Amino acid sequence: MIAELGHYALVLALLIALVQTTVPLYGAARNDFSLMGVAQPAATAQFIAIAIAFGALTHAYVTSDFSVINVAENSHSLKPLLYKISGVWGNHEGSMILWVLILALFGFAVAQFGIHLPPTLKARVLSVQASIGVAFLGFILLTSNPFLRLDPAPIDGRDLNPLLQDPGLAFHPPMLYLGYVGFSMAFSFAVAALIEGRVDPAWARWVRPWTLAAWIALTAGITLGSWWAYYELGWGGWWYWDPVENASFMPWLSGTALLHSAVVVEKRDALKSWTILLAILTFALSLMGTFLVRSGVLTSVHAFAVDPERGLYILAILVLFVGGALIMFALRAPSMKLGGLFQPISREGGLVMNNLLLSVATATVFIGTLYPLFLDATTGQKVSVGPPFFNATFVPVMIPLVLLMAVGPMLAWKRGDLSAAMSRLWFAVALSFGISIFVFWLHSNEPLTPVIGFALAGWLAGGTLKEFADRIGLFRDRLSKSLSKARRLPRSAYGMTLAHLGLSIFICGAVADSAWRTEVVINAKERDKTSIAGFEAQLESVNRLEGPNYHLERATVVIRKNGEYVTRVFPERRFYPVQQMPTTEAAIYTTLLADVYVSLGEGSKDQGWTLRLWYNPLIPWIWTGCLIMVLGGLISLSDRRLRIGAPFKRAHKKVQENGLLENA
Amino acid sequence: MRKLIYLGPLLFFIITAVYFALPILKGKDPRILPSAMIEKNIPDLNLPPLLETKQGIDKQALMGEIQLVNFFSSWCGPCRTEHDFLMRINKSEIIPIYGINYKDKQNAAKAWLLDLGDPYERIGRDIDGRTAIDWGVYGVPETYLIDKHGRIQYRHVGPLSESIFKEKISPVIKALRKQTNG
Repeated sequence: MIAELGHYALVLALLIALVQTTVPLYGAARNDFSLMGVAQPAATAQFIAIAIAFGALTHAYVTSDFSVINVAENSHSLKPLLYKISGVWGNHEGSMILWVLILALFGFAVAQFGIHLPPTLKARVLSVQASIGVAFLGFILLTSNPFLRLDPAPIDGRDLNPLLQDPGLAFHPPMLYLGYVGFSMAFSFAVAALIEGRVDPAWARWVRPWTLAAWIALTAGITLGSWWAYYELGWGGWWYWDPVENASFMPWLSGTALLHSAVVVEKRDALKSWTILLAILTFALSLMGTFLVRSGVLTSVHAFAVDPERGLYILAILVLFVGGALIMFALRAPSMKLGGLFQPISREGGLVMNNLLLSVATATVFIGTLYPLFLDATTGQKVSVGPPFFNATFVPVMIPLVLLMAVGPMLAWKRGDLSAAMSRLWFAVALSFGISIFVFWLHSNEPLTPVIGFALAGWLAGGTLKEFADRIGLFRDRLSKSLSKARRLPRSAYGMTLAHLGLSIFICGAVADSAWRTEVVINAKERDKTSIAGFEAQLESVNRLEGPNYHLERATVVIRKNGEYVTRVFPERRFYPVQQMPTTEAAIYTTLLADVYVSLGEGSKDQGWTLRLWYNPLIPWIWTGCLIMVLGGLISLSDRRLRIGAPFKRAHKKVQENGLLENA
Repeated sequence: MRKLIYLGPLLFFIITAVYFALPILKGKDPRILPSAMIEKNIPDLNLPPLLETKQGIDKQALMGEIQLVNFFSSWCGPCRTEHDFLMRINKSEIIPIYGINYKDKQNAAKAWLLDLGDPYERIGRDIDGRTAIDWGVYGVPETYLIDKHGRIQYRHVGPLSESIFKEKISPVIKALRKQTNG
């Protein structure tokens, strides 16, 4: 009964979305306020209807209602509650419901908080947003209905893929979707602006918080996914350049570019058509991610519910929306008024370079990911593109970007003074040099690549810190004056500083881990020892135990350093009988500077067990850096200039204040 | 000229979309997992019977006629979804089906057949999953089409349905029968 209610709510949502797509758009064209006014209650109703559908599916999972096919195929009565809930989006149909739920949530948020949006723009944005909803609700109802029944109902379900039964992965998809789908808001704003034929700084100010929110969620989602891959897959790595990883990374790169180019539109009223294009492309890349995972045109460990019919439908959606938006772009963008002019050496110029480099980076990932597909289609040859390609193409694009990141924020708007900026960079040079010497001294007889990496990280951190110090006049004014300046600094300035520092920390982690990771594989019987990177590890015992829905072998490994006890870790090997699938649960001993990673392989008491150990220097910095970026984003999002609904006049005044501060 | 630049993204997108559509439209079914076993002889096997009334399966039993070999388990949800269709194949006598009961409890498997009907000519028990490994089974249910010389001609991963059977398996069966007659 409740499943049917969910089905019904979904149909209702589709009908509401249809109304929300057509009526406000027509109203905006005729300047009819009552028709435009339909958008707001419709967005709310659509969100509620989808929330009911999502709730109904969750109910079926929590109560283990195996008469619903979707539940029978992806759940099991013995599964812990958390994974019963996360099982809702651990499969194709349920994940699509989550997708439209988040889509409607964003529409709902604009309807509720966009009080100060001009009525025509608001009506158009909500109607574009609803049209995406129509497409995906139709997709769900026609090809991927999660509420279908199974008669007779099986006694128990087929269980969720055990790899997905993990707290890190329970929250990875929702975060990722918040990011993907969040970019739909930027897309809707872009298309609405193309319909209006007008882009102004106010437009950018409305787009930025939505883009920023999506960017934060996507960053967090990718971080969670990478962290999960690190400790769950038991290979000790954290990024594999897998097609599906790349599919989430591409919108991140272009979303980052969008975030920066929107600043130029807001502050200088320039780069308008480029920003619109970026907004369209970012959402296109998000949709492409959804398409690639589900169509099976690329082979990946992540691909799920692969089905050509569904693939074709999503492709049709992609073509309709992105193709349509790009046609409108080709028609409308050339007639858009050019905004403020600027010299090549200026803050705008720096941001243009940032955008160029990020676009090239996106393009390299795009080519690397899709090259096998292009080659297969043209010559029938099958190849796979792996990490060597990405290391050789992606990293060289990142180097100038990082170099630029320290300089750009020091340049003034409109016309910057490069030599003045350079003279402020002495701290970056010093920090970069100091770190390189230190790293070189630590690893003097090894290749120089990590030294370069650390030099870059030091340069970025130095430049970012110096820029912040100059802003508040640290060491130049009295401390009390600096502190009061720091208090008055807009939060977005803190956000930028933190995000750039986070990247610097991330670079240290990534460089150190790829250069100095060590690995030991042994066959160990109880009480056997091995040593890795100055640590000694001893296998104490291996015990057989029972988990809620799996059997497990749990090893006890003692870690010592210089003969002194450090800790005990417990790597596990689980076996899920329902899916007939083993998983490894690595045990990780972490200091802030490195991880000792222990993973238990197959074996027995007589033969001994395979034990793999990794020493991963600075790897915790990878996730710390990403979390700091997320934190920077959150702080920036809380800036009152971006705060949703902050009155336009106030915001305008703040911009001026901020401009004065920057020029001082 | 300036206007043409703005057409660039659209053209680029169209080309990409065509490449996305090609593999799907050409009917390259991504569900087909490459099987090293296609066109190869079936591996040796000798499986004990599941039921007292029906024989088990050995290599000889699978030779001499075109047939389906279906790996199934009573604990497998999708097996239940395809079972109905297997019963219909059996009833219509299009092609005989041989069942291999994969990693199952004997009583559970018997109860399952009693409950849902038995569409199989013969059923062998693959108790430890050894035979499934030899055949390269990816996961139950999985169905193989064997020609009369005992060569694997087609493999389907996942539950069978009428549309899959009509589109993918029937044409191969027809082609094989034509060869035999011609």
